[in-house]
Amino acid sequence: MSIVVGPDTKLVVSGLTGREGTFHGLRNRDYGTDLVAGVTPGKGGQDVDGVPVYDSIAEARGERGANTSMIFVPARFAAPAIEEAIDAGVETVIAITEGIPVLDMLRVYWKAKEAGTRLIGPNCPGVLSPGKANVGIIPAQFFDAGNIGVVSKSGTLTYQIGNELKQAGMGNSSIVGIGGDPIVGSDFIDVLTLFENDPETEGIVMVGEIGGDAEERAAEFISQSVTKPVVGYIAGFTAPPGKQMGHAGAIISGSEGTAEAKKKALEAKGVRVGKSPTETAQLAVEAMRAA
Amino acid sequence: MDLLEYQGKQLFARHGLPVPEGRHADTVDDAVAAANEIGYPCVVKAQVAIGGRGKAGGIKVAKDETEARAHSEAILGMDIRGFTVHDLWIEQASEIAAEYYASIILDRSEKKLLAMVSRMGGMDVEEVAETDPDALVRAHIDPAAGLDTDAARQLAVDAGIDDDVTDQVAEMLVKLTDVAVAEDATLLEINPLIVTNDRRVVALDSKATIDGSALFRHPELAELTDKSAEDPQEAMAKERGLTYVKLGGNIGILGNGAGLCMSTLDVVAQAGGKPANFLDAGGGSKADAIVDALEVITSDPNVNAILFNIFGGITRCDEIAKGIIEASRRIGIELPVVVRLDGTNSAEGLGILAEANLGNLHVERTMLGAAKAVVELAGGRS
Repeated sequence: MSIVVGPDTKLVVSGLTGREGTFHGLRNRDYGTDLVAGVTPGKGGQDVDGVPVYDSIAEARGERGANTSMIFVPARFAAPAIEEAIDAGVETVIAITEGIPVLDMLRVYWKAKEAGTRLIGPNCPGVLSPGKANVGIIPAQFFDAGNIGVVSKSGTLTYQIGNELKQAGMGNSSIVGIGGDPIVGSDFIDVLTLFENDPETEGIVMVGEIGGDAEERAAEFISQSVTKPVVGYIAGFTAPPGKQMGHAGAIISGSEGTAEAKKKALEAKGVRVGKSPTETAQLAVEAMRAA
Repeated sequence: MDLLEYQGKQLFARHGLPVPEGRHADTVDDAVAAANEIGYPCVVKAQVAIGGRGKAGGIKVAKDETEARAHSEAILGMDIRGFTVHDLWIEQASEIAAEYYASIILDRSEKKLLAMVSRMGGMDVEEVAETDPDALVRAHIDPAAGLDTDAARQLAVDAGIDDDVTDQVAEMLVKLTDVAVAEDATLLEINPLIVTNDRRVVALDSKATIDGSALFRHPELAELTDKSAEDPQEAMAKERGLTYVKLGGNIGILGNGAGLCMSTLDVVAQAGGKPANFLDAGGGSKADAIVDALEVITSDPNVNAILFNIFGGITRCDEIAKGIIEASRRIGIELPVVVRLDGTNSAEGLGILAEANLGNLHVERTMLGAAKAVVELAGGRS
């Protein structure tokens, strides 16, 4: 079945007329994603290689039935573009843009939540459901279709792990890049929930990194609500501890935010954590064999 | 981006928060002139992005011009826990009746701003949180509604703030929230927030962190620099738009993508090596970026071997290969360089490297293999 993107995806790309938007939007289309429209205010009526461009997402939705929005606009315009997509009633918004101010994302997060919009990202490579649809910048050639779901904060590290899984004979139902920013639309728990309910997904690989407590909360969630096997990888054991600025940060965090703390939290709930991307792929193989 | 104390106080003043009168100075003569203007007693305060200034002798009260000069001479140029003092803040001395604590911080886990108040200020607030948690009152701020005066007053009351200054503390909290939203601050901490002898509430210190992603809409903040902790490699990297962190080891690292780069550091460390740096070449890197990156890495005298770990998605391995050749030509690298190229156009990239036939280049097919190779070349397990 896959999650988030698939054969029913009707994609509208905000920023399709820009260089990056064109490159990746058309790549997604060539992969088999149903790219129905692009949006650039002021360029309505144009087209990009036959894909109609509209002035607004609402129009793209009205005229072409777009149900998924990819946001590929510069950081200073990205939050308003996401809000526009939410207002237009699009079901899924995937924000690739890096560098969106965090307080903008705070506002956008709650708007999406209230509207019931599924928001992925920002600062993420997007979502790939091998053999079905690709929305974003994930290079699909390194992934095979299969039964392992991947959810990751990273970009290229995700491709590395996907490639290791492929070399180990494993394929993926969907690969979801949730992004590395402090506030993201969907975190590990949101995506784990989708994988748990997806008939095609039989095992899950979770890729985290230092900062925040999303992995720790996910560990708790896994022990309560996930029945499928999960293995993990955490990057950042060798990263230097963050400079302490004021002491307020130390008080509110549910975790020290270190790689070690995340590994411990996951292992305490029965999630095996690989020491390297290669070992993580091996653990996934073992987990599926044992399942 | 962290602001120095005086930069934070100037920001507060712009938004109408009460701060003591003060002047910035970066020479002894300017400091003395400032002290004379402000009047005595005044406080000569080192401006560095680290705590423990008082203990290190970086905060001194001057009761006359002679002392102002003596303190400024002693403090300017002082080393405080690895940070050099380039800036002074000369401030009117305050008479302190009470020391409180107030902060606004982004709680990324709850995805809301959090307001915190305590009547126990002027000390390690983490200690308060641990030993007397009820003394530290906190409340998340509703993203839509913000923090209104009534809610702020309730916080102050709950924190046991003196009755006669509750309103002032409440107003301070509301203004602090406004500053956070207006200036894209993810942390604003006032410790201590003092009550003067004549019962005025004043911010005696300031710690402020501004969201780096928002600097495009705060040009006056973007201009502020903190010279106190500039590592030469980090400064060089910043100039070239590279994300670089020095780690102190002897194996230079370059990866494309922050997660992959962190993973590379981990794998090298597991193989017994000591990474010299984190350097994210970023997605879509072209030859020029590789040249820049190599210049920064090799300018670190501790580096005696280099590892390139590239998994090209959007980044093309042939571009990376061209960059490596170009860099070798331009800056003549003699150190051993281990290269692992995988992903988009890896075959072309490897072909380009093979043809160039650089003696100091070692090509490895896997990430683990590359890590082991570079550790050996750097001088074995450390």
